[in-house]
Amino acid sequence: MGPPIKLVMKQADFVSLVMPFKDKVFRLAKRLLVSREEAEDATQEILLKLWNNKEKISDYKNVEAFSMTMTKNFCLDRLKSKQAQNLKIVHSNYTDNNASLQRQVEAKDSMGWVSRIMDDLPEQQKIIVQLRDIEQYDYAEIAKMLDMNETAIRVNLSRARKTIREKLTNTHRYGIK
Amino acid sequence: MVLNSIEKLIEKYDNAETTLEEEAQLRAYFESDDVAPHLEHYKPLFQYFSLSQQEQYTKDVPLKPKKTQLYQWISVAAVAVLMLGIFIPNWQGESKSFANLTPEEQEAITQTMEAFNLVSLGMNKGKQQLNSLAMVSENLNQGIEEASRLSEFSKTTNRIFKNK
Repeated sequence: MGPPIKLVMKQADFVSLVMPFKDKVFRLAKRLLVSREEAEDATQEILLKLWNNKEKISDYKNVEAFSMTMTKNFCLDRLKSKQAQNLKIVHSNYTDNNASLQRQVEAKDSMGWVSRIMDDLPEQQKIIVQLRDIEQYDYAEIAKMLDMNETAIRVNLSRARKTIREKLTNTHRYGIK
Repeated sequence: MVLNSIEKLIEKYDNAETTLEEEAQLRAYFESDDVAPHLEHYKPLFQYFSLSQQEQYTKDVPLKPKKTQLYQWISVAAVAVLMLGIFIPNWQGESKSFANLTPEEQEAITQTMEAFNLVSLGMNKGKQQLNSLAMVSENLNQGIEEASRLSEFSKTTNRIFKNK
């Protein structure tokens, strides 16, 4: 990036700035909010927030990292307020009632299983797996985005990967039997 | 790839010790068709990662060239400055009366007043001269009136001559 010269950012400049990572914002939002619609709404709001702060954007060295941090905070806030509205209870009731049926359906689809296992991870681990295994950021970048040290990130990531592997192994055996 | 090294990589992977390059190797291995049977259960995981990576945000974002909020705040700031201008003099307490001032201050005020008086004296003189000018103009008007009377007179004389 060049020197921080303040320029009036036009729509086209903004779009080309945001283009490389808008999908990553969306995918992180979807990882956390699960529903595609909600993730789209969240992405739209984040991009609009960036657009409305476009004068300040040129001050940031790494707009992408900044946007990912924003996405994480935005979605976690949204989850919190959803929890406050008891929406989550409705959601978990639904899954509990239909758990066995849903599992039977998904057992055929191993990818669905992975997705389900990911959904069950704690939020922190979900975010880290998303940023590392799907978006392939290096540890330094993830550390910056999450304001954590690299060791803590590795510990969380290892925990998540082991959980996924364990559940996947069980599923696999179950599938064979 | 040698199976042994894949197994080692998986162990490293589980401990979050693999580099991005090593993780790319793992992905490549599990996306290939010859995955060892006892490692088969890792396949959906890496397939899932690759698939998730392709998901895209397809909606448009309505980017309107929004008025910067700065302009809105300028009016607020202007009102604030005005209010300050009105209230600050009051906060400074009652103005001092002449008697409360120190002798130096009193002297300064008297001198200033004298200077003002001198100026106003000069002004008055100037005004008197202006008055005489006004008198001149009055006389001038009288002269003009008399001149018009004179022309009237000449008209009548002309008539008399014509009638003759």
